[in-house]
Amino acid sequence: MQREAVLNTLVFLALPAVAVIALVLDEPFTITLATRAAILALAAVGLNLALGLGGLVSLGHAVFFGLGGYAMGILASHAQSYAPLDLGLFVIEGTKSMPVIWLTAVFVSALAALLIGLLALRTAGVYFIMITLAFGQMFYYFTISWPAYGGEDGLSIYVRNSFPGFNTLDPIQFFGLVFAVLAAVLLIMGRLERSPFGLALGTARQNAARVETVGLSPFHLRLVAFVISGAVTGLAGALFADLNRFVSPTMFSWQMSGEFIVFIVLGGIGRLFGPVVGACLFVLLEHLLSGVSEFWLIYLGAILLFVVLFARGGVIGALAGRGAHHG
Amino acid sequence: MADPLLDIQGVSKSFGALRATDDVSLTLLSGEIHALIGPNGAGKSTLIQQVAGGLVPDAGRILFDGRDMTTLGTAERARAGLGRTFQISALAMENTVLQNTVLGVVGASRRVWRFARSVMRDGGVRAQAEAALDRVGLSDVVDMRVGELSHGQRRLLEVAIALTLRPKVFLMDEPMAGLGAEGSARMTGFLDGLRSEAPILLVEHDMDAVFALADRISVLVSGKVIATGTPADIRSNADVRTAYLGEEHAP
Repeated sequence: MQREAVLNTLVFLALPAVAVIALVLDEPFTITLATRAAILALAAVGLNLALGLGGLVSLGHAVFFGLGGYAMGILASHAQSYAPLDLGLFVIEGTKSMPVIWLTAVFVSALAALLIGLLALRTAGVYFIMITLAFGQMFYYFTISWPAYGGEDGLSIYVRNSFPGFNTLDPIQFFGLVFAVLAAVLLIMGRLERSPFGLALGTARQNAARVETVGLSPFHLRLVAFVISGAVTGLAGALFADLNRFVSPTMFSWQMSGEFIVFIVLGGIGRLFGPVVGACLFVLLEHLLSGVSEFWLIYLGAILLFVVLFARGGVIGALAGRGAHHG
Repeated sequence: MADPLLDIQGVSKSFGALRATDDVSLTLLSGEIHALIGPNGAGKSTLIQQVAGGLVPDAGRILFDGRDMTTLGTAERARAGLGRTFQISALAMENTVLQNTVLGVVGASRRVWRFARSVMRDGGVRAQAEAALDRVGLSDVVDMRVGELSHGQRRLLEVAIALTLRPKVFLMDEPMAGLGAEGSARMTGFLDGLRSEAPILLVEHDMDAVFALADRISVLVSGKVIATGTPADIRSNADVRTAYLGEEHAP
């Protein structure tokens, strides 16, 4: 436990350390890389609640990532064109305000997670994986064929959205904002894991009958976990879109969902900081290896294979030793 | 006579051509231990499942404390006051003994929808869980992972969790299995005292324990109850002898 806590702190501080060093060396691209890693980590931290603690292998979390992205894209594009979004019953003004966009992204993805969860959580195992995948593909093809917001070409936002008191165009300030969100979510997730809800959810993963026998419903526990999980990944989607100032159907692709799972497995399933380590490693390898070969994913595949075969607790598990706590 | 706490009325369940339980009626009265015995394949597990909520009977009713709960789910029955222990332990193997017990307290208090408080640092919850573990004699292993426990210790943990629910009725599926002679004797002593808290429907293979504990015994053979009565009645029942007990168990 102790060693894992030290390790977690080191990993956690590595991100801002890299960003600050890059700032000193005047390497804004590296700051952007660190920001990208933090956002992808956030998305996977969201998934980790469902997958790691809840045992729900969702291959459709890109839905929430994409919804967060499009929440940002749609709101910002309407602000950009000064044309309010007319939904018939009511009219929504576009906005360039990050807090408003974040809240919208969280709300929309939580709602989607509720609806998808109500259906998907009635199944388990491979059927659950397939249903979540199917929802992902539905959204993916819908956005491709929906011309209003760029269709297949995606949607560009010319200026990054604003946050009161920050100059979000400055890479280090935007990084700071993203990192603060990641830190806050990690804090919340850490508490959630130790709460009565977290204990019940983790037990439902290990033995659903046990949870029912003490009068709790595994379905309700999983549904709430899935909603929180989707909301966090949705928030990450809004940030990701803001980082790139661009949204496209790719955010909904099943490869995106797969990458989130890879981050979690790489870092350590069910460990609070597992997805953070996994996402950082992924972005680092992507950066280093893609310079070596355009087939860099082969190397990533080999590393992943190694981790799955020889280090079941992921990188954190391997470094922290066997005494590490699960869930 | 007081109304029975648990009233099983003409319950049947078939799987294809097999009638796993056939018009089974049983009652459980306040303060008693009612043992259910029968050879393997007699339908005990199917009956237990129907009482616990895992299976819905094809026919018949199950009343609990006067309330029809035939179609309620497992969780609802637990909330209504049914404390069940499993034949094959149903526990969170990666969690500690205390965590497993704390979950019982959380379930019983309906305080699961709390997201910010550390449950293991909640003194009140912990104290209740520790008290239950103390009663079954697991105080020494509270921080051990369930996966590291012996078979018998897992049995005791099942009982401890059931205690935290403070149920109106206990439904125990072979609590003696895997306990060994000494453990069996201890468990027998424990269950003996427990019946005054809540009556126990006890499914058990250990005949010494059954005849030592039970106020009434029902014998299930091929899905049917062939006899219900005091241990003395059952011992002297000719049908039971031929169908099930065999000569070596005769007094």
